[in-house]
Amino acid sequence: MTTTALPPLTKKDFQTDQEVRWCPGCGDYAILSAVQSVFPELGVPRENFVVVSGIGCSSRFPYYMNTFGFHSIHGRAPAVASGIKIAHPELEVWVATGDGDALAIGGNHTIHMLRRNVGIKVLLFNNRIYGLTKGQYSPTSEFHKITKSTPYGSPDRPFNPVSLAIGAEATFVARSVDIFQAHLKDTLKAAASHRGSAFVEILQNCNIFNDGAWTGITEKDARSEQVLQLEHGKPLVFGKNRDRGIRRKPDGDIEVVQIGSGISESDLIVHDAHHPRPSYAFLLSHMEGRPGFPTPIGVLRAWDDLPRYEDVINEQVQDVIQKKGPGDLAKLLRAGDTWEVK
Amino acid sequence: MSTLTEISAGKTKREVIEQAVIRFAGDSGDGMQVTGSQFTNTVALYGNDIATFPDYPAEIRAPAGTVPGVSGFQLNFSSGEVHTPGDSVDVLIAMNPAALMVNIADLKPNGILIVNADSFKENDLRKARLTTNPMEDHSLDKFRVFPVELQRLTRAALQHLGLDAKAMDRCKNFFALGMCYWLYNRSMEPTVRWIEDKFKKKPLFVEANQLALKAGYSYCEATEAFQISYEIPPAQLSPGLYRSLSGNQALALGFVTAAQKAGLRLFLGSYPITPASDILHELSHYKEFGVLTFQAEDEIAAITSTIGASYAGALAITTTSGPGMALKTEALGLAVMTELPLVICDVQRGGPSTGLPTKTEQADLLQALFGRNSEAPIPVLAAASPADCFWIAVEASRIALKYMVPVIVLTDGYLANGAEPWRIPTLDEIPGIPVKFATDPVDFQPYRRNPDTLARPWAIPGTRGLEHRIGGLEKQDVTGNINYEPLNHENMVRIRAAKVQAVVQDVPNVLPSGDAEGDLLIVSWGSTFGAITQAVKGQREKGRKIGHLHLRYLNPLPANLGDILKRYKRVLVPELNMGQLLWVLRAKYLVNAVGLNKIQGRPFKQTELDQKIEEMLGL
Repeated sequence: MTTTALPPLTKKDFQTDQEVRWCPGCGDYAILSAVQSVFPELGVPRENFVVVSGIGCSSRFPYYMNTFGFHSIHGRAPAVASGIKIAHPELEVWVATGDGDALAIGGNHTIHMLRRNVGIKVLLFNNRIYGLTKGQYSPTSEFHKITKSTPYGSPDRPFNPVSLAIGAEATFVARSVDIFQAHLKDTLKAAASHRGSAFVEILQNCNIFNDGAWTGITEKDARSEQVLQLEHGKPLVFGKNRDRGIRRKPDGDIEVVQIGSGISESDLIVHDAHHPRPSYAFLLSHMEGRPGFPTPIGVLRAWDDLPRYEDVINEQVQDVIQKKGPGDLAKLLRAGDTWEVK
Repeated sequence: MSTLTEISAGKTKREVIEQAVIRFAGDSGDGMQVTGSQFTNTVALYGNDIATFPDYPAEIRAPAGTVPGVSGFQLNFSSGEVHTPGDSVDVLIAMNPAALMVNIADLKPNGILIVNADSFKENDLRKARLTTNPMEDHSLDKFRVFPVELQRLTRAALQHLGLDAKAMDRCKNFFALGMCYWLYNRSMEPTVRWIEDKFKKKPLFVEANQLALKAGYSYCEATEAFQISYEIPPAQLSPGLYRSLSGNQALALGFVTAAQKAGLRLFLGSYPITPASDILHELSHYKEFGVLTFQAEDEIAAITSTIGASYAGALAITTTSGPGMALKTEALGLAVMTELPLVICDVQRGGPSTGLPTKTEQADLLQALFGRNSEAPIPVLAAASPADCFWIAVEASRIALKYMVPVIVLTDGYLANGAEPWRIPTLDEIPGIPVKFATDPVDFQPYRRNPDTLARPWAIPGTRGLEHRIGGLEKQDVTGNINYEPLNHENMVRIRAAKVQAVVQDVPNVLPSGDAEGDLLIVSWGSTFGAITQAVKGQREKGRKIGHLHLRYLNPLPANLGDILKRYKRVLVPELNMGQLLWVLRAKYLVNAVGLNKIQGRPFKQTELDQKIEEMLGL
């Protein structure tokens, strides 16, 4: 190990010489740029980053990051990443995945990685469509959506990725948007500072097969009108004039209220991202699709008191070594009942 | 049982014999596997050569007393060499009518039959679907039958302990075991110690089981029930220190050993599946060796986490059986493409689909050789006996690390659960496994190859200056960059094949045992080794010109195999499948080999092999 101080890393250090092969105008470019900007700021040596992906447009991501990278097979990135992290906990392991990769073929690995709290950061690029296979509906596509494989409309009810992650009791769950660069970078930094599993849904446009996937929140004025930007310790307020908010109802549910006429900010829910239980975050994550409710972005949940899986498993090893002493192979082979033949 | 000498032992006679086969049979809840293992351990410690055959149902507890619930454990022990658990048995212990009916056909005429007389009431007979009582209908006349009231006698021995009837009844297998120790003149000491350790948190159970054991022994002594007892002297095994080992235990020890020899951490990614789960259980105990065991959410995560751990620099392995192997298929292709070292163990069982989970079969050979999309060759090794599983684990790890390839190890249910004496090697007898991680960033290329092995460098994350990307897409040789050009693809397919073929440098030439040329060559692989060795020995003693070749390397095959096949007039390939190695040999060497195929979930019997050999010799 060399101890020579190296010059600080820059965005350029994380760019590769590989030609980027996403469609022009794809939301993935913005995500790549944000990640390349954030990585140098994390204080992690470049050689300790590993970017793992599955299959899909988003999963080309590792080729464009000048780090260690592993482009694995469809849906399996969380499992490959778990193996890396368990075997080598000091590494900074990030997964790039999509709505099909993480929620359809790889749904099982996603929820189990989150439940175990393996210290991996998952970036789920959600464009609500299958891009690389040219336009079939995905697990996040809207009910009744017309796609190549659903000419009469999709019969599937969609997953809400953050609800799913919170349901799996992920310890960090956030959402951002490809074109909200400043917000995206802040969210990525928050995810990076979380020790356990971090799950970030990034709403991303596919201008070829699902253009306008998120115009409901990205078009002019929509951001302020339709988006609730979550900040820990701040009341849940949204609207261009910051005149609407989220209030708890007596039955435990939530409602949108107009501020004024007897209702003030002090009546609103104050965002608590650090609550140990996931039920409040789950309620927040379920706002979309309800008439009049905004789409929350930012950190829904960041509770970092749970030990990381790789630490638990490696500490068990250390505890046993401390108790029994380091393994002695000759002794192991001779263990149990033995007999001598002369 | 051939009688050698007789010595007097009090009022009863003691006969010195060479060898015996004993089978314990009862309900799957009767503790037959424990009883059999204890008897095995005791005779092995005494120095007999042994081979065991545990045979149990897939159901954890089928309805008590019924035929599907019968669990058996067979042991062949001898003062001579033992290769198989034996075709037929000298002593059968039957805990109920169902166990009797399932097993009686295998008891030799005049063999000893010990039955639990308390379990032959009308209701017991009905559960076994018997219309008459075999204890009374003279169907057992050709055997030496010893009805023993195991339940009543056990309860009588334990009544002062204050246990309920059910708890007392659960000790009756130890009563039967005690009787067997008396019958074969063996010390109860190893089992007494085992009970102490097993129930150390429940002193009352220690006392109860030990009492039952001793009561069974004393019962024989006091009643002189058997009139005769037997003595089987220790075997003349090659000198050394021995222990009894099952195939699954041996694999686990082999992988820990390989990791230590390579100076790497061992990572196991696995999903529980019969009959492979014991490898996961064993390895989860060896934490003082830094072993990391990861019980994954499914078979796919088991192998993909293993690929991740290999990428990160561990000796990474995954263990499964046929259905799990099928699920791992796509990931195997990824390991081939990314050229990472890992070992995949397939403990074969009867199939297809869920098939016969607890029964043995050799029908995954073609799956191991070819079961992937496109051209994805993988070296394949197969263990020949339970103890050989140790050496196969070490060898598979060595090859994986030397050539940077995934390696498949085939064992099966018979090897996994069967046990035999293992001569414990010294550490010097185990091959060294040199491993070198890439560290030099100057002109580093992730797919630049070692000219001898065609291995690419192992450049693990965390190494400064070696940042690079790998994955399942076709890549350019040397640089590892994505490349879709036609000629590059053909070149890479050929390189990956040549790399697996290069492993032949590490495959020893084979030498047939028996006759070096002659009328018949028998070619075998995997767990049939013992049965065929024994059959060939018997046939050669009758003057027949037979050679036997047992393959431990199935891909690549030994370089001289083709030459050897030509030295015999005929070639026989016995397999517990429809003829998979046969298919390979016929295709590769254009040899007119013939198969002997058994697909019953059970190993070969000597009579089956003898019959086919004699048929092929025109006898």
